[in-house]
Amino acid sequence: MLRFIIKRLLEAIPTLLALVTLSFFLMHFAPGSPFTSERGVPPAVLANLQAKYHMNESLMSQYFHYLWDLLHGNLGYSFRFTDFTINQLVAQSFPVSAEIGFWSFVVAVSIGVLCGVFAALRQNSLLDYGVMAFANIGMVLPNFVIAPLCILFFSIHYHWLPAGGWNGGAWPYLIMPVIAMSTSYIAQIARITRGSMIETMHSNFIRTARAKGLPKSHIIIRHALRPAMLPVVSYLGPAFVGIITGSVVVDQFFGTGGIGQHFVNGAINRDYSMVMGITILIGTLTILFNAIVDIVYVFIDPKIRY
Amino acid sequence: MKMTKTLLASAVIAASFTAMQVHAADVPAGVKLADKQELVKGGEGEPATLDPQKIQGTPGSLRAKDLFEGLYSEGEGGKLVPGVATGYTVNDDNTVYTFNLRHDAKWSDGTPVTANDFVYGFQRLVDPKTASVYSWYAALAGIINAQNIIDGKAKPADMGVKALDKYTFQVTLDHPVPYFVKMTVNSAMYPAPKKAIEKFGDNWTKPGNLVSNGAYKLDTWIVNEKMVFVRNHDYWNDKKTIINKVTVLPIKDSTVEFSRYQAGDLDVTSFSGIPTNRYKELLKTTPDEVKVTPQLAAYYYDFNNQKPPFDDVRVRKALSYAIDRTIITKYVTGVGEIPAYTFTPPSVDGFKAKQPEYAKWTQAERNAKAKELLKEAGYDKNNPLDFTLLYNTNDGHKKIAIAVASMWKKTLGVNATLENQEWKTFIDTRNLGNFGVARDGWVGDYNEASTFLDLFKSTNTSNNAHYNNPEYDGYMAQAAKAKDPAPFYQKAEDLVIDKDMAVAPIYQYSIKRLVKTYVGGYQPNLEDNIYTRDMYIIAH
Repeated sequence: MLRFIIKRLLEAIPTLLALVTLSFFLMHFAPGSPFTSERGVPPAVLANLQAKYHMNESLMSQYFHYLWDLLHGNLGYSFRFTDFTINQLVAQSFPVSAEIGFWSFVVAVSIGVLCGVFAALRQNSLLDYGVMAFANIGMVLPNFVIAPLCILFFSIHYHWLPAGGWNGGAWPYLIMPVIAMSTSYIAQIARITRGSMIETMHSNFIRTARAKGLPKSHIIIRHALRPAMLPVVSYLGPAFVGIITGSVVVDQFFGTGGIGQHFVNGAINRDYSMVMGITILIGTLTILFNAIVDIVYVFIDPKIRY
Repeated sequence: MKMTKTLLASAVIAASFTAMQVHAADVPAGVKLADKQELVKGGEGEPATLDPQKIQGTPGSLRAKDLFEGLYSEGEGGKLVPGVATGYTVNDDNTVYTFNLRHDAKWSDGTPVTANDFVYGFQRLVDPKTASVYSWYAALAGIINAQNIIDGKAKPADMGVKALDKYTFQVTLDHPVPYFVKMTVNSAMYPAPKKAIEKFGDNWTKPGNLVSNGAYKLDTWIVNEKMVFVRNHDYWNDKKTIINKVTVLPIKDSTVEFSRYQAGDLDVTSFSGIPTNRYKELLKTTPDEVKVTPQLAAYYYDFNNQKPPFDDVRVRKALSYAIDRTIITKYVTGVGEIPAYTFTPPSVDGFKAKQPEYAKWTQAERNAKAKELLKEAGYDKNNPLDFTLLYNTNDGHKKIAIAVASMWKKTLGVNATLENQEWKTFIDTRNLGNFGVARDGWVGDYNEASTFLDLFKSTNTSNNAHYNNPEYDGYMAQAAKAKDPAPFYQKAEDLVIDKDMAVAPIYQYSIKRLVKTYVGGYQPNLEDNIYTRDMYIIAH
């Protein structure tokens, strides 16, 4: 197991390096620069700005400069928020997204799995159709529709919840972002769980268990649930990263100050260091969660050994 | 001459009536104030910086107005209001300005604001080490050696600014600038706290480090969530300030801002806080909250003056005449925008541009003339004019582009293909001149015509129409030296629009803000210089 973990960590290095290199050059090929501004910047000022960010050097030299800083854990100065370093901005916004992401994940997994299992056990019943109809609606309703609907209902109409803000993650500020964030994931998880559960319930070992006369609840919990979770778990790794970093719509509608907004605005503003910083963060998280998923496999699938 | 007299007179008045004219919350008799004096306001996007010398754009400057105070501020209707300065004198040819500073102005760390803080701030603006994107502002004001310092040809110490004594600050210009005092309203010309800047370096604008001299000091700054200011009890006029806490929310999208205003999260929206599609409904449901006033800003289309067929004045005029500005402002934008036929908005202080001939015609007459001109230029139904109309990706710009393109098609048979590009790509394309017709807009930096007319000087980096006319440059050079620049501005305006139609003016922007009825002291002005220290919350 330890060997497996070390191997995965070592594999991550070239993957991340490739990611950094590719994003670095692709981004510099985009038209415009961080200093492109409506009020043309005078050449002397532009030269000073470029010097500050090493942009007066060749692209290769900038690249190695970036790698060197990166090795020291320094993600550089933001081009857009000139008073902040990327490290400061990430430190401010990542915990927000992580908290929204964590609760959305908990909600999505618990409700999603529950719905999926019940739908599978009552296949083709009214319950099944109801759950699946909800799942389909949840999937086609994007969060930029759910978010304003939530605000309209909970904040403007009933004044139950604040329409936005974060306030250090106080729970009234957390509810609507979590609803907006988790709905589509609940739907996805319910669908995957249902499919996989139906398949498992038709397999030979479940039939054997039934033949042995085990009680139904025992069969479901002890025997069916674990193998049925396999496809769900493999979906959850990348989904978790998506939930944490893909909060751009939630950030924009609820003004939470999460990291998703930085990513999109970074690209629009050509904030090179911001885009790089968040790309690296997402890359690292993706690798990390995929590795966690692989480890979790060992516990739920007896066929897997590392 | 008239201008100088007016200015001198205003200087005298300013000096003698200081106590009456300063910014402070004036609560009318009989108004009962709320117990909780806290204001939440819309702050447009998140500012790039809070460093006054580096601020570019309204998100930064609207916050800086609460945190810092310059020599002068702007009050209701755009009149100058003394800030740290109590008055000023100017020499006969408008090149040496001497400001008397109040003795009771203090930084939030309790130290006095002195003439040296202004000297340091001004020098810092042009110092290449600061790398300020707004350093050109000092050069524009004509301060001696400003340009040379920016170019690295002189040292910051050589700048034409000095402290005659602790409370007397003098600025020397290399050419007469009669409107210099108006320019001091901009955050670029605020004083700077040397001690804090040297101590904290790039981190000096963070909460806890930031030392400010305005009515408020920075308490919290969470990027993309909020900024919180609290009362600066060291502010010289603190006893006249009423609001204790200001929260500024960085919301760029007007729909999102509007929903938070509806939910009661915001008391005052940003200047673009009324979504176009809700305006009429708001006028019916909450007319007292709707505040729509003109803004010192122009919306226009650039013709690429160097590129055929737009190097032909007949083509430019035909396209400009065929735009029905009334339809655009009434039905497309529709929130208080004013149709524009001149480039300089008529509401600018000190110069009321004469309406050109085509402004007086009916739209039918303009259309007829447009057809005639385009035919003369060699374009008709058999040989239609084809080009691309470029705009930056935005729903509002798209609607206007569709309307204008259909007017051109209907009146002139012109085929304008719409092309949108995201912001930075758009700016790049426009700067490089790779366009035929492109959307443009300009917000005045100070309340004087040169902030608009300077744009068409051949050397101006924002001359996106690539207009190049030595005669025009000559008028602007003369205006810069003249004691009364208005006649030269008129000549310049006539030349660039009426005669050459370098760009097609479309409308003057408006400030469209929602203000809850319990917020008092809102004083709109052309440049949207709004200070929380003027405001108060009425018991509700």
